[in-house]
Amino acid sequence: MRIRSAVLLALTLIAAPALAAELTGTLKKIKDSNSITLGHRESSIPFSYYDDQQQVIGYSHDFQMKVVDAIKRDLNLPNLQIRYNPVTSQNRIPLMQNGTVNIECGSTTNNLERQKQVGFSDTIFVIGTRLLTRKDSGIKDFGDLAGKTVVTTAGTTSERLLRKMNEDKKMGMNIISAKDHGESFLTLETGRAVAFMMDDALLYGEMAKARRPGDWIVTGTPQSREAYGCMVPKDDASFKKVVDSAIANVMTSGEAEKIYARWFMNPVPPKGLNLNFPMSDDMKALYRNPNDNALE
Amino acid sequence: MSYHWNWGVFLSPTADGESTYLGWLLSGLEWTLALSLSAWLAALLLGTLFGTLRTVPKRWLALLGAAYVEVFRNTPLLVQLFTWYFVLPELLPPAWGNAVKQMDPLLQQFLAAWLCLACFTGARVAEQVRAGIESLPRGQKAAALALGLTLPQAYRHVLLPISFRIIVPPLTSEFLNIFKNSAVASTVGLIELSRQAQQLVDYTAQPYEAFIAVTLLYALINVLVMLLMRRIETRSRVPGYIGSK
Repeated sequence: MRIRSAVLLALTLIAAPALAAELTGTLKKIKDSNSITLGHRESSIPFSYYDDQQQVIGYSHDFQMKVVDAIKRDLNLPNLQIRYNPVTSQNRIPLMQNGTVNIECGSTTNNLERQKQVGFSDTIFVIGTRLLTRKDSGIKDFGDLAGKTVVTTAGTTSERLLRKMNEDKKMGMNIISAKDHGESFLTLETGRAVAFMMDDALLYGEMAKARRPGDWIVTGTPQSREAYGCMVPKDDASFKKVVDSAIANVMTSGEAEKIYARWFMNPVPPKGLNLNFPMSDDMKALYRNPNDNALE
Repeated sequence: MSYHWNWGVFLSPTADGESTYLGWLLSGLEWTLALSLSAWLAALLLGTLFGTLRTVPKRWLALLGAAYVEVFRNTPLLVQLFTWYFVLPELLPPAWGNAVKQMDPLLQQFLAAWLCLACFTGARVAEQVRAGIESLPRGQKAAALALGLTLPQAYRHVLLPISFRIIVPPLTSEFLNIFKNSAVASTVGLIELSRQAQQLVDYTAQPYEAFIAVTLLYALINVLVMLLMRRIETRSRVPGYIGSK
């Protein structure tokens, strides 16, 4: 008993000052099990996906690993075991709530409905919802879509906005909700739809995968801006603090620009495609001033 | 686990203000019922036709029946659906393919899912029909032919009526399966019951309520189907055969 208290005391002394107080919640779970479970996506290019070796890579994954480094340092766990748990847009919230994953960084939008169920870190990316269309389709903006067939991915904010726009402005669009981004693009490419509405970053990703990327263009006034954050357990302030400060450090230290350039301005695995997606003003503002605001 | 239960979510208005989330679920239920029931009728017809073909003395007809069954029984349902929806229009002459792709998307999705379920379930029904016919004593067919019936008449008036009365229990399973299999339609964008559940999750972030409600609705459909088939089964039993008392 006495030995254990001594060990505990020693551990407490070594631990970083911010954590000198007793650990609670997720941090305690990580410390006790000496392991952390990362939620990731399988095909959210270039945010979080598998490369050809089935290793998780991506822009969001880089931020996730920076968070893991911070946890290793703060909890003094150099040999922290890292477990990977793939999630989908359907199961990511339940898996976070039941504690299967400790932190999920992918392409998850921080919004008020989700905040009732889970917590969100500082924003890691800001997107706008726009259109992907053939260069010669004659479609320049959302107004040109009246009476046409438009595809979007089921379960996304774009789907909601598109249905609402159709309703409000009586545009008479036919809206197809495809299962995932790949299928949406297939629907567009085979001529079933004239345009594909989605988060701009993902549209650039799909365009890069096309047989002839030069045939396609991303266009239209952004209909909404959304903030992607890492999901963390709800009401776990001490864990969120560690995650937020890790993310903020990456942004303010200038490291974030390098991560951005690596994933959006250079060839990325698996096919060595370059998304050529220049940094938006929203992203520049975010890097200057990290925050966890939901934008909707 | 820190979950915020909210069963009232079903009565709250949807994001577009047009309906309630319960209304969404019910419209999904309608699509599931319309798709499954219409595909079931087609599957019964296809199954009877090809199941019968497999038992006729003409070799090439029997082979045709076998080919149909093996193709549709041995490939995954999802692959079949994608073939109908994505591949078929590309194989047609371009003008036809484009005409298909310019149809109302909802109609395209429904037709592809209907064809897919009808052909897949039809292959399974065909096997049951064949098993039913082959389970009859050979004397039945011989007696029918001896009475002067032609082969089609023997099938129409003797063999098929008896075999259908024998295969009601396995047909019940296929009937139940078609409702569950109809969930594949969600992958091409048809907003049926299971897709509505996912949509509810996306819009309300209340996954447990949505999936529990949908599970109960599927269970309800299947209990009703079971009761119906049980009735048909008791009424149509052939005395002296399997299952009769």
